[in-house]
Amino acid sequence: MNDPRFHLALRMGDNSLILAQQNSKWCGHAPTLEEDIALANVSLDLMGHAQMWLGLAANIEAKGRTADELAFLRDTQEFRNALLCERPNIDFATTLVRQYLFDAWHLEQLGLLCAGSDISVVEIAQKAFVEVRYHRQRSSSLVIKLGDGSAESHTRIQNALESLWPYFGSLFENSDNDYILFKAGISELPASLRTRVVEQLSADCGQSTLTLPDSLFYHKGAVQGHHTENLGYILAEMQYLQRTYPSSNW
Amino acid sequence: MYAQQVESTGSQPKSLNKMNPKERAFQERIDRGERIEPKDWMPEGYRKTLVRQMGQHAHSEIVGQLPEGNWIGRAPTLERKAILLAKVQDEAGHGLYLYSAAETLGKSRDDMTKELLSGRAKYSSIFNYPTLNWADMGAVGWLVDGAAIMNQVPLQRTSYGPYARAMVRICKEESFHQRQGFDIMMKMSFGSKEQKAMAQDSLNRFWYPSLMMFGPSDSESVHSAQSMAWKIKINFNDELRQKFVNQTAPQAKYLGLKIPDENLKWNKKTEQYDFSEPDWKEFFEVISGNGPCNIERLAARNKAWDDGEWFREGLMANASKQSKAMNAKD
Repeated sequence: MNDPRFHLALRMGDNSLILAQQNSKWCGHAPTLEEDIALANVSLDLMGHAQMWLGLAANIEAKGRTADELAFLRDTQEFRNALLCERPNIDFATTLVRQYLFDAWHLEQLGLLCAGSDISVVEIAQKAFVEVRYHRQRSSSLVIKLGDGSAESHTRIQNALESLWPYFGSLFENSDNDYILFKAGISELPASLRTRVVEQLSADCGQSTLTLPDSLFYHKGAVQGHHTENLGYILAEMQYLQRTYPSSNW
Repeated sequence: MYAQQVESTGSQPKSLNKMNPKERAFQERIDRGERIEPKDWMPEGYRKTLVRQMGQHAHSEIVGQLPEGNWIGRAPTLERKAILLAKVQDEAGHGLYLYSAAETLGKSRDDMTKELLSGRAKYSSIFNYPTLNWADMGAVGWLVDGAAIMNQVPLQRTSYGPYARAMVRICKEESFHQRQGFDIMMKMSFGSKEQKAMAQDSLNRFWYPSLMMFGPSDSESVHSAQSMAWKIKINFNDELRQKFVNQTAPQAKYLGLKIPDENLKWNKKTEQYDFSEPDWKEFFEVISGNGPCNIERLAARNKAWDDGEWFREGLMANASKQSKAMNAKD
């Protein structure tokens, strides 16, 4: 597929889909009832974004594939989500910090896409932006409070920040398609967002006695479909029915 | 139902002339169809029975998230995944309204939660059955939510204001849940051979447990008599069960599925369906802890609570720091 907007839509859709899939596993298992409801809400928003982005990707591709086929019938190497989204739900601290790091990137990214030149991209970005502003508010407020909460909550949030940091950079990895999108005025280069996002995270950490890791190292390759081992398990579960009973109407 | 076999005072309701003036005034308000509100005087038995009933109802919503939550990760399309997630989230919301309504009677949510986690408080027997194939998401909506609605619609007229108001909102959402369940059943029943087999298997497994949701016959129960006098129970269990069978049997026929009951047939004389009773021995086993999933369900709730302790304490610690800082400023 030569149209670089296909790759942009796929990358945005895959990020939202994989993170929503992971978060939705907490439904019924979160630490408080309010949190159970809030996290399910965030997952629902992300699922809605995934439907729109993958729908756009399918339209641009124009080969008769649907958003569902993109979600349920591609294998790991065809997914373009950042490695951060596929990190396992180890505990609630990891889940919350994963969401927090993602939200900070997501809001900035959508802000830039809203200002882009392609109307089909702008429309989705504008709709998602309103919801993600709330996601960012919620996750940062929780991370700040728990960072400056009990000794244990501080340690858990700090550990989660450190364990996820090498995967966070994956959101900012430039691909060949990104250079084409950049030249066409559709989006900025992913790497160009990093400084701004890290500044915001640093400001949050300053309010909560947390220390933001300063390493610039991150695991690369997601933009070429090189993922961590966990993505295979996520897809095995998510795609189970579509793979077992192909061509069924659900 | 979501609150099965709620124990009341254990005595027959008193007649008006045996009541003291306060009790009599209270009963007369109920008889006139007035709502009782949290600050009003109420007999201790009324308060206790309601706390038990609303607590059981709330626990059922919370434990009820688990069997359907089991399939969120495997839902077959993006739309089905979003609908299922929204539905299970609604159940958490129902739990929240009901705990909040029960708190107006003086018992905290944490206390009710502890009773659930220790196994002292009951929740509906239905949630101790496993969800084994995707059609179960249809059957739970169609049958389980369908049975719940039978009981909950009349409860919108229950005498306790906060409970009645919670039920109004819950019923609106439950009716959407039932429709999405039936929609899944239609897709499965009219789908491929494998999908139809899943739908039939699901109906086979959920039929009798759904009938059990209404609880054993209670026309002789003193608990039910007292609860009905107080209008915190509106119908007898058999009445609702019959209504449910009358409604569901033609729907199964439309789907081309067979209800697993050889005795199920239309009775021209009574103008109702005749049907077999569920195995009440199994029901009593399930509510006393021996259902197929009792251990997993309670373990999942305990794990969520135990694993989340640091989170709740962390937020409390932060709130206490913030309030100290505010006080220091003043």
